Amino acid sequence: MRITELANPSQFLRVADRAIPWLAAATAPLFAVALYGAVLAPDDYQQGATVKIMFLHVPSAWLGMLCWGLMTLAALGTLVWRHPLADVTAKAAAPLGAAFTLLCLVTGSLWGRPEWGTYWVWDARLTSELILLLLYLAVLALWRTVEDPSRAARAVAILTIVGAIDLPIIKFSVDWWNTLHQGASVFRLGGSTIHPAILMPLMAMAAAFTVLFVTLLLAAMRNEILRRRVRTLRLLQASATG
Amino acid sequence: MKPLSALLFRDMRIAVRVGGGALMGVLFFLVVVTLTPFAVGPDLALLKRIGPAILWLAALLASLLALDRLFASDHEDGSLDLILTGRAPLELVVAAKGLAHWLTTAVPLVVAAPFLGFFLNLDGAAASGLVLTLVVGTPALTFIGLIGAAIAVTLRRGGLLLAVIVLPLTVPVLIFGVAAANAAIAGPVPFGTPFTVLCALTLASLVIGPFAAAAALRLEIE
Repeated sequence: MRITELANPSQFLRVADRAIPWLAAATAPLFAVALYGAVLAPDDYQQGATVKIMFLHVPSAWLGMLCWGLMTLAALGTLVWRHPLADVTAKAAAPLGAAFTLLCLVTGSLWGRPEWGTYWVWDARLTSELILLLLYLAVLALWRTVEDPSRAARAVAILTIVGAIDLPIIKFSVDWWNTLHQGASVFRLGGSTIHPAILMPLMAMAAAFTVLFVTLLLAAMRNEILRRRVRTLRLLQASATG
Repeated sequence: MKPLSALLFRDMRIAVRVGGGALMGVLFFLVVVTLTPFAVGPDLALLKRIGPAILWLAALLASLLALDRLFASDHEDGSLDLILTGRAPLELVVAAKGLAHWLTTAVPLVVAAPFLGFFLNLDGAAASGLVLTLVVGTPALTFIGLIGAAIAVTLRRGGLLLAVIVLPLTVPVLIFGVAAANAAIAGPVPFGTPFTVLCALTLASLVIGPFAAAAALRLEIE
């Protein structure tokens, strides 16, 4: 089957129906392995056990940004090809991205209390991540304001593309400003500065988070397609009886 | 150029006449600045320290005031359809409307700012630094706001949504505007560093704003 056939919503539904149980079945053992690795990972010599918060914090930050990136691609699909599946992707991804970003902020805040002595500082990385959350909430508000789904999708697409400016700001905030948040330590020139004993569980956790995200995204997209069909049927029924 | 200048003067005339919002912004600005000392206490040293931030915040909120009517009123009376079918490029039309909005809303704020600065214990040098940052920074607020105004043009509760959409995007402008104003007053950062970033933000929004707003208008009205 070619990838373009997926663009047909019915075809997509068929593939999603088949893929979701497998993905869900893959998510559980991945999380089991990653959590086991995270628990077994050695404590940090300074931070003690609080270092383990990172295993949730870092993957959720990545996923929060990845999700906006995906929404930006979907926004291009909406604006350039007017593709309904792109609308559905953008709509299904927004609450997931908001949840991951919130998780990132909450876990970071809980880590910050023992390590920095405060739940929150107005540091460039934290502020730009908070703005990402506000942008997610603005997108969710916009989805809930326009009744017609395809018009809502186009308005959201513009906001998504404009908001994508925040992604490089988050990524490079630790390089451009002198932040309390640590600099890049996993993906950087010259290799990671994290010890393999901690890096490996982190990567396993990132893989588990990603598969979880894909599972939830496909399920949410399937629900959205079905919801739209119900809406169309209701409108047809209303116009037939009315 | 003729349709653009005609549009510019039309928008400015509408703004200053009865029902237009030109002077409402300044009044709002005055009220917010007056309320602040009641909220934080009349300590002059404290007011001097947070004065630029208050003026910037008030300017940001005031520039949002008339924004939700920028395209919505044209949409309601049908002139937006006329503009969309006209020959002038929509991006330039949007930019002209943005310029008219800036001239009628932001420029009065900039003029009023040094006088309100006296309430907040800002001396002449501090006030002039602040005015400079407002002159350079407020176009960015207007042109970022254009995007939100265009997205919200056909919505019933556009005003509230507009604030939700626009305010997160204006955070960098606020950060560097206040940073530059503070640098002009107290240092220790040289004034030029945040000021040049503020200029860059304004220039970028002058480009991004009209294109994104025009795209949103084309998609919303069809």
